[in-house]
Amino acid sequence: MTMPRRSAPIDPTGVAFAVALTLVIVFPLVVVGTWAFSNVWRYPAVIPQEFGLRYWNTTLARRDVWTSITTSLSLATTVTLLSSAICLPAAYAFARMDFPGRNVLFFSFLAGQAFPKFGLLVAIAGIFLNLGLIGTFWGVVLIQLVGTLLFMIWIPVAAFQAVSRRMEEAARDVGASPLRVFWSITLPQAGPTIAAAVLLSFVNTFYEIEGAWLIGAPAIRTLPVLMISFINNQPVIQYGAVLSVILWIPSFVALIFARRVIGSGSFARGFGA
Amino acid sequence: MAVLDIRDVTKSFGALNAVERFNLTVRDGELVCLLGPSGSGKSTLLRMIGGFETPTSGSIAIDGEDVTRTPPERRPTGMVFQSHALWTHMNVFRNLAFGLKLRRLPREEIRRRVEAALDQVGLAGYGERMTHQLSGGQQQRVALARSLVLEPKILLLDEPFASLDQHLRERLREEVRELQQRLGITTLFVTHGQDEALALADRIVVMRDGRTEQIGPPDDVYRKPETPFVAGFIGSMNMIEGMVSSGAFRHPSIEVPMPVGDGPALLAVRPEALEIVPVSGGNIAQVHRVTDFGAHGIVDVDLADGLRLKAMVPDARAWHAGQSVAPIPRAFALYRDGRAVHRST
Repeated sequence: MTMPRRSAPIDPTGVAFAVALTLVIVFPLVVVGTWAFSNVWRYPAVIPQEFGLRYWNTTLARRDVWTSITTSLSLATTVTLLSSAICLPAAYAFARMDFPGRNVLFFSFLAGQAFPKFGLLVAIAGIFLNLGLIGTFWGVVLIQLVGTLLFMIWIPVAAFQAVSRRMEEAARDVGASPLRVFWSITLPQAGPTIAAAVLLSFVNTFYEIEGAWLIGAPAIRTLPVLMISFINNQPVIQYGAVLSVILWIPSFVALIFARRVIGSGSFARGFGA
Repeated sequence: MAVLDIRDVTKSFGALNAVERFNLTVRDGELVCLLGPSGSGKSTLLRMIGGFETPTSGSIAIDGEDVTRTPPERRPTGMVFQSHALWTHMNVFRNLAFGLKLRRLPREEIRRRVEAALDQVGLAGYGERMTHQLSGGQQQRVALARSLVLEPKILLLDEPFASLDQHLRERLREEVRELQQRLGITTLFVTHGQDEALALADRIVVMRDGRTEQIGPPDDVYRKPETPFVAGFIGSMNMIEGMVSSGAFRHPSIEVPMPVGDGPALLAVRPEALEIVPVSGGNIAQVHRVTDFGAHGIVDVDLADGLRLKAMVPDARAWHAGQSVAPIPRAFALYRDGRAVHRST
């Protein structure tokens, strides 16, 4: 819903903050973007000596780049689908049912985030080594799945709890079975908020590095992992810059999708605002 | 033809009995109001009839068929909730059509019945609106149509107008009554507003703490309340505690001949049945305040022992604060141990 606009007096402090923030956020992006599209850029020139797509061509000609793009996309998709299949029913149970240990279980999802992640990952890697999951696709899926649990449970729980019980009862009253009520009433009502959680899960998984690197190496290399090795091993800045620009794409698409489909209010609602 | 039979129904939540040994038979086409303060168990009772709660003991039957443990989707009841509970992600048409679609009716018939139902509640042509584009009264009408379109045997209304303003409430109340009589649908109406119950009901069930206080037509409940609670809950009532001795109810300021045995008793007098007469001097009673409502007035009278009574007078201008008066009950009921023991004729 749009609020009627009132012409507010200009707030100089606010404007200053906005400008400062914009500079801090936008300036690095502009620099990286410029690097990606410059063939030659030597100190002390402010503007590159030569613009061009040379490094795009060389980067995109590499096999390992394409493999990692495919790996990243299929990993993020698999993890998001699995996470939805596991977490959404669980979230519904947390929101609507009472069972022994409900609160303890609910807060246990926070525990995974409460410890330093790397320590946890090393311990898990030890277990995975014995199970033969190191360096496998499903090993990385498992480790990244753990990372999505928190918000794939907590946000949908808030969404399900916000659905009016009377609405669900009214559907039962006109003849809908409990399953039908969930499908036709509860899910559409909670839908936008849940879509936000799914989107977050996809984007987070796509950019996840520690788990993918520790469990996946050396056979499984996601795009962010590849980018780090490029930055570490190549003296040429442009390779890293090109990969960074490619990595923007999913978050950019996600943002557009979020604005179009979900509407700004639902994200906030998802976080309980 | 739809008869609702409630037999000995009890509902406990832990140690608390929300409804206790409740019995009621609602006749075909009758409108019964469940009236009581919040927490009296009236909503719990309605939810048990709708299938949203299961009785701890007792049985509920519709047309002789036991539905005590039937889930709501398989009961021939239609419920209208206080919060209208419309599905906000569907437009008005789809709200009404949902139940019909579940019954796998042909599309043409669904369209025809939805339009007829919308017409019934005066919302013809509103099918394409989203629910948030409707006013509060319109939303409640849609909720009513959503139940009626399925032609339920029993219509259940759970304080449907509680969130609307007084004016709208009265209009919708009349509409519901008219519709209910035209369709001849057996209806249970939960309310905590006594005026709503008096205006709507064929019979009123007054509830308190999960138990029935009185069942009867509005006239009886208003004029012959069986318990002090009913007397005090329906309309405004003066309650005077005193003693009966040697054939009269006695209170420091009031004395009324009373053909009952001696002992403590409670005298209940409606403001419109309490006459006041001016007296010179004495300290029987004094006018505390006069409120002029135009067509009538209400005079607050303080008795010598501090008890304040209300008396209705035809013309407020005849009275003023500080005036010495004597109250005379013209019609009354006498209660002892929670039951009516004598009533003026």
